[in-house]
Amino acid sequence: MPFFTAALAGVILGIGLLLSGMANPDKVLGFLDLAGNFDSSLAIVMAGAIAVGVVGFAIAKRQTNSLLKLPMQLPSATVIDRRLLIGSAVFGMGWGLAGVCPGPGLVTLAMGVSKATAFVVAMLGGMLLFHFMQKRRHLK
Amino acid sequence: MAIDWAHFTLGQSLAGGMLIGLAAVMLILLNGQIAGISGIVGNLFSSRQGAWRWAFVVGLLLSPYLYRFFSPLPTVQFDKSWAVYLIAGFMVGLGSRLGSGCTSGHGVCGLSRLSKRSLVATLVFMGTGFATVYIARHLIGGE
Repeated sequence: MPFFTAALAGVILGIGLLLSGMANPDKVLGFLDLAGNFDSSLAIVMAGAIAVGVVGFAIAKRQTNSLLKLPMQLPSATVIDRRLLIGSAVFGMGWGLAGVCPGPGLVTLAMGVSKATAFVVAMLGGMLLFHFMQKRRHLK
Repeated sequence: MAIDWAHFTLGQSLAGGMLIGLAAVMLILLNGQIAGISGIVGNLFSSRQGAWRWAFVVGLLLSPYLYRFFSPLPTVQFDKSWAVYLIAGFMVGLGSRLGSGCTSGHGVCGLSRLSKRSLVATLVFMGTGFATVYIARHLIGGE
């Protein structure tokens, strides 16, 4: 059952990305272009997602187990450190360069867009580098 | 700044956004997990008890095929050069893992659970995203 619900959540998220326009890099770049022809639709996407999310997470916070009797794994980190700031800054630069973030990257890869495949392969490379960086830190 | 009303898609963006929120709520209430794509993908290989992550990614990859049953797929425009997607992909992969989240993890889930840490992360990546587009389009691109 947990696999089925996780897969269903993936499907719904992907359909949401496609319907909202988030899967189209051209539209995302239009949103990030404050100084040019600003396409504000993606602010609506965030607003819609958060409007639903706030209700769900308010309920989730009061539970210790999920409906499928799995432990509720809400993030516990609260520190705002250099890692968070540098990582987010680098992520934002990459997002601004291409107009693609991880979810839309995977969805457009599945649509057979060859440049999306290049993006995802490079993204996995970046994640792998992080993996090794973290491993080295643990060894020290 | 000029608002681009021609490309403004209120209904679709709102409905799509609500579906994204619904997916995040389903995953937390049913599986007890955060729908952060970078974290899910980054932990595909490394984690124990991680089979749900594979199921989630498979669902995400199947989504365009299911979408096609109901309506034609939207056009997606990838206008940049191959090099840009390679560099950007690398930065997105490294940055999102280093910063513990991307648009979905911090932007949707984090803000929904009112996390100050995610708010800071979201403001930072939106800020550098705006700045990068400004530099690429208006300073270098000459638009």
